[in-house]
Amino acid sequence: MLAAEAAQLSSGWFLENVWLIALIPIVSFALIIAFGKHLPMKGSEIGLASMFASLVLATGTAIQWIQRTNSASGGEESLGMLQAFGRSMPRATEGEVQPFIEPVVHTWVWWSNGPLEFGIGSSASGLSVLLLWLVAFISLLVQVFSLDYVRGDRRYTHFFAAITLFSGGMLVMLMAPNMVQLILGWEIMGLCSFLLIGHWWEEEANSRAALKAFFTVRVGDVGLLVGTAIIFFGANAWAVDNLDSNGFDINAIQAWALSGEANSKFLLWGAIALFIACIGKSGQFPLHTWLPDAMAGPTPVSSLLHSSTMVVAGVFLVAQLYPVFWQAFDIGQGSLTFIAIIGAITIIIAALLAFVQDDIKKVLAYSTVSQLGYMMLGLGTGAWLPAVFHIFTHAFFKCCLFLCAGSVSHSGSHHSFDMKKDMGGLRKKMPITFTAWIISTLALTGIFPFAGFWSKDEIIDNVGNNGYTFLMWVGLGGAVLTAAYMTRATYLTFFGEPRGAAAGEHHGDEHAEEHEMEHISVGAPEPRSLGAAANAHGGDDHDAHDDHHASDGPHESGPLLLIPIVILAFFALFAGLANPTPLASRFGEGIESMKKYVEPRSTPVPFEDVIATGPGESIMLVDGRPAAAPSSEGEEGAKKSGCGFDAPEPGTACFFPSVSHAEPSFNKILLSLGVVAAGYAVAIAFNIAFYGRKNKHLVGLTERSKVMRGGFLFLKNKYYLDALYENVIVRAVAHPIAKGTNWFNQNVLDATVNAAGEGARRTGVWVYDNIDQKIVDGAVDGSGWIAEETGHGLQSTQSGKVSQYGALLFGAAAVGAIVLVLVNVS
Amino acid sequence: MLAVNFLLLGAALFCIGVYGVIARRNAVMVLMSIELILNAVSLNFVAFALMSGAIDGQVFALYVIAVAAAEVGVGLAMVLMIYRNRKSIALDELSEMKG
Repeated sequence: MLAAEAAQLSSGWFLENVWLIALIPIVSFALIIAFGKHLPMKGSEIGLASMFASLVLATGTAIQWIQRTNSASGGEESLGMLQAFGRSMPRATEGEVQPFIEPVVHTWVWWSNGPLEFGIGSSASGLSVLLLWLVAFISLLVQVFSLDYVRGDRRYTHFFAAITLFSGGMLVMLMAPNMVQLILGWEIMGLCSFLLIGHWWEEEANSRAALKAFFTVRVGDVGLLVGTAIIFFGANAWAVDNLDSNGFDINAIQAWALSGEANSKFLLWGAIALFIACIGKSGQFPLHTWLPDAMAGPTPVSSLLHSSTMVVAGVFLVAQLYPVFWQAFDIGQGSLTFIAIIGAITIIIAALLAFVQDDIKKVLAYSTVSQLGYMMLGLGTGAWLPAVFHIFTHAFFKCCLFLCAGSVSHSGSHHSFDMKKDMGGLRKKMPITFTAWIISTLALTGIFPFAGFWSKDEIIDNVGNNGYTFLMWVGLGGAVLTAAYMTRATYLTFFGEPRGAAAGEHHGDEHAEEHEMEHISVGAPEPRSLGAAANAHGGDDHDAHDDHHASDGPHESGPLLLIPIVILAFFALFAGLANPTPLASRFGEGIESMKKYVEPRSTPVPFEDVIATGPGESIMLVDGRPAAAPSSEGEEGAKKSGCGFDAPEPGTACFFPSVSHAEPSFNKILLSLGVVAAGYAVAIAFNIAFYGRKNKHLVGLTERSKVMRGGFLFLKNKYYLDALYENVIVRAVAHPIAKGTNWFNQNVLDATVNAAGEGARRTGVWVYDNIDQKIVDGAVDGSGWIAEETGHGLQSTQSGKVSQYGALLFGAAAVGAIVLVLVNVS
Repeated sequence: MLAVNFLLLGAALFCIGVYGVIARRNAVMVLMSIELILNAVSLNFVAFALMSGAIDGQVFALYVIAVAAAEVGVGLAMVLMIYRNRKSIALDELSEMKG
């Protein structure tokens, strides 16, 4: 094959130096903490500059990765997509074995323990490059948004420091070449999420939410540590023998899992433990409860946390270690997996919860949980690529939705997030925010040309194609619910009659939801930048948005808030074109750039081509040539063989299972679009009847019908999961422990202490009488007497004459020398 | 043989130095005697270094020379101050250290 001859892969400066992308934000964090308060923009300029630098580097990396992938094809596709339009070949039956594109690894020894060495550095693969770029991009936009949104806040500098470190932690995790670095980035993010959710800790609810997020995620983190340890003990021997690597290296773990020699018990328990970590981090059922509470943080934080960082970390972990999950759960054989079940449950329960929320951010939070369920469902059923693609598109439209909610609350509803009390009818007052919201909503619900359509429908389609018919219907049901709850949120926010603050009313701080910076900035020593001051005195009412007391009623937000929203809305419209699978049959496979550049190829690679890169013990390939052309390629049975189904030939390693891709069909697209459209129609009709015309049959239904009321309360109380955790589990575990500890304290420890005290007192008295008075005092008195007498005796030698002292000194030295000689000689 | 001669020379110098320190009244002469003692010790170091073949002793001798220079500096300063106060540097007249 042509590709095999010219398989010298290109690399480049950006690919070699991916580690800079994460290092810059982390260094900036230290700079902001150290010098931020003395800078003209209170440290935000460092944060912005660092994210911009990271974005530039990440863009360069992405371009070089594309070049690298192209160079693997022997320059044949150097013209890229344009040329690919020409060949409308059928999918994946070309008989051409595409070479595995090795990640570019660059590591240093972090620390070593005996023969084990832990590296720290960077590993650029298609998946990590994609997400690195995404995180840098979203972080930059969110920081621009924050410039205005948190202006005047008491801890403005700390906010930027923490949010920069937060992005840095995610970047560290994404580029991790081994599990140790992955855990490091994972924990940095956990810490920063705690700091940011509890940013306004003066209010107790906020610090409680921060603690809840931290502890819930920690429950999952135990799984990460245990899973890493299990995988290490399972994979280490194999990795050392075959790849000259170790059991922490992610590539070695991938190869081990697919080698066919992996112990299935290690694989299974390792995968379960790791997935528990993902449940905690990515807010899957049953540990999703922290995500909606995390809305206590400032809106930019929610936006960043819910789009590209933190919650995506769990999905990324599954995607990165996909071979482990593939083998452990037999995804290739079409068995019903743990991951898919959890994902499907999450889709439905989170979507249902979104219906009963009054807080606009909580609706979006449950929507995120539900969309994460789609990603997990995709990963759990073998639809790797659509799930990863959904991470990509979801980041844009969900970030946009959150920023729109922030914009609405900042300029439209007087810092309230309550849709029922303070919003409504805002579409005319805030036209740009409204347009961006509608675009993102359509993208989220998967309407045809918008981003979500290309990814979400792909997930549903592939789930069905891989034999999970029931789960496919669950996915479709989730899509209906998504359309319905987003309709409700849109209606309540932007349509109908204005209510509360949206109608221009001012009503103090009596809302519990009103924890946005309102009362925090009151009494703060107004440390505003020059730009803000100029803005406030500019006289233009629309630009004086930071001066919220001067605002009378809702108005459109200022440019710093709108620019990120508009950019994100643009991507929410067009990001789907990065991988428009349904168009591939028409325009050729080359149009699916995600499939080409992000999905690792499932080609076995000979061991000789895999070398350890030295210090960090990460593995690298000399040459991505396939070991042997699989004979079954192109035949009908090709689908169920190859990497991930059969053990690779002795002496070769696979790094990715050969996942199958669904053939897009017009009927399926029509089905899902129709289902979503039906969801919309029902929801719109219901909303107008319920909220608009106050239909008598519908209003008050929850009070009149017992069944409806039960369901409503069940949802309103979030399935009583919080009550279960706090009252049952925590109480069941913590209370007996506390009680037992108390008893132990009172009866055992106190008794011991008391007895010891009494004993000590008696001993003390005896010691005083006998030892202290007689022996110690006697000794002290005696030594004083001896010193006195000796002094008198030696007084005559102290003549004060230097020469006499010298004589004594030398005499003593001579005596000492003679004794030494005698002792040594004899 | 050769080294033994060095040691004997060292011992002789040491004894002369000790005699000077104990017997002389003049403070400057005492300081010079101390120099003799130090040089005797340095000579011993070098001689033992020659015998063992290691270079450590010679390095030590260099250190002793450096320290001795500093020590003589301090000693002469003290002598100078004593002379300024008492117009004499006779050591047997100094008995302020009498206990």
